[in-house]
Amino acid sequence: MPKYMLIMRGTDESNAAMMASIEEGIARTRLFIEEMMKAGVLLGAEGLDDPGKGVVVDFGGETPVVTDGPYGETKELFGGFFLLDVASKEEAVEWAKRVPAVRGSKIEVRRVPGEDEVPQDDGAFVKEGASRESIGRV
Amino acid sequence: MGPADVEAVWRIESARIVAVLTRFTGDFGLAEDAAQEAVAEALVSWPLAAPADPAGWLMTTARRRAIDAIRRRAALRDRYALLADDSAVDQEIDPDKIDDDVLALMFVSCHPVLSREARVALTLRVVGGLSSEEIARAFLVPVPTVQARITRAKKTIAAAGVPFELPAPAERRERLGGVLSVLYVIFTEGSTATSGDRLLRPDLAYEAIRLARTLAALQPDEPEVHGLLALCELTTARFPARTGPDGAPVLLEDQDRRRWDFSAIRRGLAALAKASTRGLGPYGLQAAIAAAHASAPSVEATDWDRIVVLYEALGRVAPSPVVELNRAVAVAMASGPAQALAIVDELIALDRLPGSHLVPTVRGELLARLGRRPEARAELELAARLCANQRERSVLLRKAAALG
Repeated sequence: MPKYMLIMRGTDESNAAMMASIEEGIARTRLFIEEMMKAGVLLGAEGLDDPGKGVVVDFGGETPVVTDGPYGETKELFGGFFLLDVASKEEAVEWAKRVPAVRGSKIEVRRVPGEDEVPQDDGAFVKEGASRESIGRV
Repeated sequence: MGPADVEAVWRIESARIVAVLTRFTGDFGLAEDAAQEAVAEALVSWPLAAPADPAGWLMTTARRRAIDAIRRRAALRDRYALLADDSAVDQEIDPDKIDDDVLALMFVSCHPVLSREARVALTLRVVGGLSSEEIARAFLVPVPTVQARITRAKKTIAAAGVPFELPAPAERRERLGGVLSVLYVIFTEGSTATSGDRLLRPDLAYEAIRLARTLAALQPDEPEVHGLLALCELTTARFPARTGPDGAPVLLEDQDRRRWDFSAIRRGLAALAKASTRGLGPYGLQAAIAAAHASAPSVEATDWDRIVVLYEALGRVAPSPVVELNRAVAVAMASGPAQALAIVDELIALDRLPGSHLVPTVRGELLARLGRRPEARAELELAARLCANQRERSVLLRKAAALG
């Protein structure tokens, strides 16, 4: 069964607006999370820290190059996500509309394919036999 | 907005709408009818003009339809005054009260005065927000059958005077057990379809998990709710490996464990930890057994001794011939087929599972392991005749044929 990820995308302006009334934002987000839990659809939710505190590992050259964030040209930065187990894409979109997001930000709704969608005769997958022991224990 | 968008909002809102209207009208059947009318209207009007607030639109329309229905019934005039008062309704739609209403709705839908089929249909429709068509498809029965079950259930609830309230503390635990067993029935039909040409019905299993998650959020201090949720998560985790590319069942020993859903296993183990706070009940014990499988890298490396102990405990708190049969399978793995055969033969001697294909299935496997091939073959052929699931049946026949 597929799942859906609501990916929060904020701009510098919307992030600043969010920080200006962060107490209210946290309270509203908490209520929203409770609502999704009571609907039986929430699997996970995380918010990311200030992009300025992040680093970028760039695989553009021979060896990975680590630089301080933020991330080049991207205007709308990934700021957090909700992972939902809903019955349809439409339902994911309906929940996305209800996110207490600040004006100017965006939410990207992405489908997360289920394990059952991985083709069973996928050669690459089968060759991973060595990892079996390690992932067999959770 | 298309029908799928309407259904999406309906899935999220239906339980709350029916719950609030039931509390206001005191009439569950009327509330459910009004809510159904609202969604039917939405399917017609939203594609033409999408409302700014779809959830609010549904609640308002359902409320109007309830008012219309009450107007037609002189006896309910006092309820009408209450429902027609905007401020009263707005106050009542407060999150804390809604939680109790949705919970009460679950208790009403799973009320002991209803038949098992009625409880299942009503819970999926009223709490889960599924249509009669979806329920009919899930259980492989005609749509009119589902509609008749729901109509009859509503009449029964009215006739028996079932109140719309949370059960009294003295009977709360027992009634909660009733709700859990309805969710369990829905889940098991999804995880091993009793008939038809598919082994799994993941959509139906999903509905049970969703309802169990709702119940866990509303009743966080009830260990068995978490136990059932854990059982569902851990069982569903194996779904991707349980059928082959052609839809045929794959036995636990032959499953590619890399295909198990490890996120679901982690969620299941987390739920099991919550279920373990005051000793495990029947669902928690079954979840613990599922966890033992989920944590093992192979059949050989499975802690079968622990599974035997868990089945023994389960047999004490919830005695059942199916548990005994499963215990026999675990004993066979832990101590060999001879001891297990004794357990199965005792079940047969006492005629504890008459007509079930499971008894000859297990007996056949045990006899095969003991090298008693002709007897094993006869048992597996008997099992195939008794089995209603086509997928399982063909596996049994293949095994029987392999015994020569």
